[in-house]
Amino acid sequence: MARIIVVTSGKGGVGKTTTSAAISMGLAKKGHKTVVIDFDVGLRNLDLIMGCERRVVYDIINVINGEASINQALIKDKNCNLLSILPASQTRNKDALTQEGVGKILEELSKDFKYIVCDSPAGIEQGAHLAMYFADDAFIVTNPEVSSVRDSDRILGLLSSKSQRAEKNDEPIKEYLILTRYAPERVKSGEMLSLDDVQDILSLDLLGVIPESKSVLTASNSGNPVILDEKSDAGQAYSDIVARYLGETRPHRFIDGKKGLFRKLFGGG
Amino acid sequence: MTINPQNKSYSSPALEFKSTMFSVPVLGVASDDLKLIEQVLNEKIKLAPEFFKHSPVILDFYDLNKKQLTLSLDALLALVLKVGLFVVGVRGGSEEQHQQAIDLGIAVTANTEIKAELPKASKVIAAPKDDDPISDDSTTVLITKPIRSGQRIYSHGDLIVLAQVGAGAEILAEGNIHVYGTLRGRALAGVQGNVDARIFCSDLQAELISIAGHYKISDDIQGAVSNTPIQIYLQKNALVIKTIA
Repeated sequence: MARIIVVTSGKGGVGKTTTSAAISMGLAKKGHKTVVIDFDVGLRNLDLIMGCERRVVYDIINVINGEASINQALIKDKNCNLLSILPASQTRNKDALTQEGVGKILEELSKDFKYIVCDSPAGIEQGAHLAMYFADDAFIVTNPEVSSVRDSDRILGLLSSKSQRAEKNDEPIKEYLILTRYAPERVKSGEMLSLDDVQDILSLDLLGVIPESKSVLTASNSGNPVILDEKSDAGQAYSDIVARYLGETRPHRFIDGKKGLFRKLFGGG
Repeated sequence: MTINPQNKSYSSPALEFKSTMFSVPVLGVASDDLKLIEQVLNEKIKLAPEFFKHSPVILDFYDLNKKQLTLSLDALLALVLKVGLFVVGVRGGSEEQHQQAIDLGIAVTANTEIKAELPKASKVIAAPKDDDPISDDSTTVLITKPIRSGQRIYSHGDLIVLAQVGAGAEILAEGNIHVYGTLRGRALAGVQGNVDARIFCSDLQAELISIAGHYKISDDIQGAVSNTPIQIYLQKNALVIKTIA
């Protein structure tokens, strides 16, 4: 049985698609057959971030409507053959998604894949609801910023009440926090919420902190998930996250910011 | 522990219960002179005829009974109907008066009987009696996980939360509210009119607090220290916020 992971946030623009791309690539690189699904019908961009926008023939709506089989719609990733992408439609809107349709797709994908990563759209409507409905794990992507934290809190409420597990009274969805665009210097100067401030409100298991990084833009421009940029801090942070999710213990490297050699030798700061 | 299932709306194809709140004026009756009652009623209605026309009202017999006066419920109902008001509930009456109302198809709101002058403290922590016919409704709702933004919890009795209440969440209780954590959202106690209901929390950062309809918003909760246990209660229709020593 596949493990279904939803990457969600409530707030838009916090890094869900970046995270979905990075994590699904990370899982595939570790040898697990993974599929990543774009639930943002009408505003798809997972295909851009994964670099397969020129190879999209069929999408998830075609599959739900029976116009194509799943295998016709799935796109094999150019970097890693254990990773597949199921793109969203660009011409339709979220009303084309149905719970029954999504359920059938996930059931079929479960037979072949070990991990199914669902890239949720922003908001709390049909697309977001269906992306989270069948999930086993939820990665809550949050920026250290008040409106993002409030929206993440809202999503947590919905995860605990409007998911299949909640309705069947099963074990609840396992929730994790991924704090993105973290800038330790701004936290120190009091401009930005700290990890502790965010955890005060959300109280979640921390999967990882992704530092604010220029490499994210470079990655999306080139169509390669940032985790493949092994020199970048964001890429390494995502690697740490994948390792932690799979059970390894890794120290959190990007919460305290870089210490120059001078500082390391003589302390202070 | 999951949220008390009575808070989910019951839906079926035929009909659907929705949980809403609306306010109904309470008409406190303090005299057994029907002619006098009619006169005063008409005077009040003249002040705002459109507001009172066909308005639902709840009759409160507390003062009538305190003065040990009696009144025919039938006659009073006829009179109230005559001036254009609809009686949708009664309260503050004796067992007999409540039973009369029920026989006439009128609801009994807020399970209060003739009150003795009990000291305030014992009223607040009174446990529901075992043979109370509606004790199911007045059980305490206990929540052990954080209440998230956008969630709404309603208790017919007391409400105890063993975690924090998020900003944008609403917790309501007909009885008292206890939050053993940070209270950031809105807390409304005594929502059916219980003026003795209290709110207790470990850290007051609420957006709005209310007891029996008397409320204060965050801006007006000045001077209240945060990160310390606090109790809120009504004194002479004003909210009092006090640290628990």
